[in-house]
Amino acid sequence: MALADTRTGSSEPPKVSLLYNPALRSVLYQVVTLVVIVGAVWYAWNNVVQNLARANMSAGFGFLNSRAGFDIAQTLIAYSSDSTYFRALQVGLLNTLVVAAAGIVTATIVGLLIGVGRLSNNWLIARLCTVYVEIFRNIPPLLVIFFWYLGVLALLPSIRTIFQHLEENPDAIFFISNRGIYMPAPIFGEGFGMVVGAFVLGIVAAIAFTIWANARQRATGKRPPVLWVNLGLIVLFPILVFLVMGSPLSLDYAVPGSFNMRGGMSIGPEFLALYLALSLYTASFIAEIVRAGIRGVSKGQSEAAFALGLRGGHTTRLVVLPQALRIIIPPLTSQYLNLIKNSSLAVAVGYADLVAVGGTILNQSGKSIEIIAIWMLVYVSISLITSLFMNWFNAKMALVER
Amino acid sequence: MSQSITYVRDGFIEAEKPPTSDSSAFAWIRHNLFASWKDSLLTVIALAVLVYYLPKAIDWLFVSAVWTGTDRTACLTTDQGGQLPAGWSGACWAYVNDRFVQFMFGSYPRDQLWRPLLVAGLFVALLVPFLIPRVPRKGLNALLLLVALPLVAYVLLLGGYFGLRHVETSLWGGLMVTLIISFVGIVMSLPIGILLALGRRSSMPILKMVCIGFIELIRGVPLITVLFMASVLLPLFLEPGNNIDKFLRALIGVSIFASAYMAEVIRGGLQAIPKGQYEAADALGLNYFHKMTFIVLPQAIKLVIPGIVNTFIGMFKDTSLVTIISMYDLLGIVKASFGDSGWITPVTPLTGLIFAGFVFWIFCFGMSRYSAFVERRLDKGHKR
Repeated sequence: MALADTRTGSSEPPKVSLLYNPALRSVLYQVVTLVVIVGAVWYAWNNVVQNLARANMSAGFGFLNSRAGFDIAQTLIAYSSDSTYFRALQVGLLNTLVVAAAGIVTATIVGLLIGVGRLSNNWLIARLCTVYVEIFRNIPPLLVIFFWYLGVLALLPSIRTIFQHLEENPDAIFFISNRGIYMPAPIFGEGFGMVVGAFVLGIVAAIAFTIWANARQRATGKRPPVLWVNLGLIVLFPILVFLVMGSPLSLDYAVPGSFNMRGGMSIGPEFLALYLALSLYTASFIAEIVRAGIRGVSKGQSEAAFALGLRGGHTTRLVVLPQALRIIIPPLTSQYLNLIKNSSLAVAVGYADLVAVGGTILNQSGKSIEIIAIWMLVYVSISLITSLFMNWFNAKMALVER
Repeated sequence: MSQSITYVRDGFIEAEKPPTSDSSAFAWIRHNLFASWKDSLLTVIALAVLVYYLPKAIDWLFVSAVWTGTDRTACLTTDQGGQLPAGWSGACWAYVNDRFVQFMFGSYPRDQLWRPLLVAGLFVALLVPFLIPRVPRKGLNALLLLVALPLVAYVLLLGGYFGLRHVETSLWGGLMVTLIISFVGIVMSLPIGILLALGRRSSMPILKMVCIGFIELIRGVPLITVLFMASVLLPLFLEPGNNIDKFLRALIGVSIFASAYMAEVIRGGLQAIPKGQYEAADALGLNYFHKMTFIVLPQAIKLVIPGIVNTFIGMFKDTSLVTIISMYDLLGIVKASFGDSGWITPVTPLTGLIFAGFVFWIFCFGMSRYSAFVERRLDKGHKR
């Protein structure tokens, strides 16, 4: 058609049916998409209204203020069966965050060790780490949770055995049983706030000292003893304050009750199973990411560092790690997100996380739409916040190109 | 000034000794296990752990294990009511042996077991040539595997046609359910994932936003919530009085979930295709549909085959979550059998979980090996 136009010498654009106009087509497609989606939502909404009317139920979030009526074993904030559903969900959310945070820290440490171990020159260590990764990567996390909960923790000594043990050794303060780990709980006396204050002050002072030390090193080439000064500021200073305040801390020991241990602090087997499984499962993925990251830094980089006279530790810390981190952070972020999402498997062993508590409420009140909406909202928010933070960290670590 | 910076050496270090060409076993051990004192320490600790635990594990799994028996007394010690000596502990393989058919097929009618077995045979017969690169006619093979097989399997497994007895999905269970759910998830997630990925990269704002919203919402929430949504909310969303099959609901949930993840993998492939390919297709006058199916997608999907297989592995493991919405996949049925009064012993849970873990492991490890093989093969292609 273009050829024909040049022959006749006309400058008018060729006449094309409106159907082939890209802009119009795109509008048409989008209108169709929108109509289909709106139609589907309208259809679903209509059905929901009818279905709810049939079951004599109402929609809305008003139920959150009614009495929960069920107990939760592990709570971080005040909660009883007289509290509201909303309070129960808060308890669940906190439990989710606790197990996710603990899992992320442990998984990162174990994953780092295993990942570095796989690159070790030591043949035996490298093989053992490979075996670990290949086993845990290829087994469903839910199975690992059951393995700890039903296979290992359930075989620990029963409470009755603990009672016997306690009769023989009245001084024991730390117990492991199939109902969890028992240990003394700290009771903070008057003036403990000062110790916490001293700790915070110590950290602030340590940061300030590090900044000053770095500036001084840049100016004079001499490095002040950062490690010892900081240890003194963060550890010794709060201990001194603690002693000066007259040791405002006592311990509440776990003692045998009628059927169970009373008092003290306990960690339930549900939490332990979930925490161990999430950490060990995710660690195998983090190990692979760490390995890929370190191998991604070319050998010339560490050789160049050695040639400049940097020692092994400095080479790792100043040359290899900063470059490896750039490769590691993005996939690490998605592993953290996976761990947070996998913490919802708590419902399988009855650890009272957001999904488990929500499931109980769902069964009690039948408010399925509302509960699932809350779940999705909370998890999407946690995921977004985590990825925002990791993106910020990634941008900070990224190669500064000039 | 730079002379005084602490991490710059001011003297020369001793020259290293020339490398030895000693290739004896002793030299290998010294080089790989005892290169430095730290290495030696690690080796000794690892060896000590291995020497202490490995014989115990082998003993528990094989030597002390009970291989034959018809009920729980075979795996109980004398003080628990069985015949084994007190203090015995070992795997109870007799229980796995006794429940094996149940672990594979659930409660599928025992006289109809040829049907799932036939489907499994067809599946293997179509899958093996599909996975071997040298075998020709991949297109026909894919069509048979991804379209024809599901239809045949549907008729054979569910029955109700051609004089086959109807078998309700509530009777299905075990490894069969695990495989069906993951296979359906895979077959559904590929086309939906491709559409979502294309939508996400399209220039139409509304379409793009719908796709981004869907993908990010599903990827941001745990699979359990999607499964709950499918099992609890789906009946609410449909016509009043509907009775949508529980198994179908789980399939829908898993497919939705897998599609969102697949979309992101495929988007990675689409982004890796050089812009010149798109432009060349435009220059040839291909329309959007032809451009994508003939030029872009074949290259993009080939690039991300390892990623697709990794998604499959993840999905295969994730199917175990249907246990939570009380369906009996392999893990679910193994767990349910712990409460079976015929086989309650202290070692039953551990034995059953080790068995289930081993089955899952075989499948996932096989898939990851295959993915590594494809990756190596594709790498070669790029180097050439």
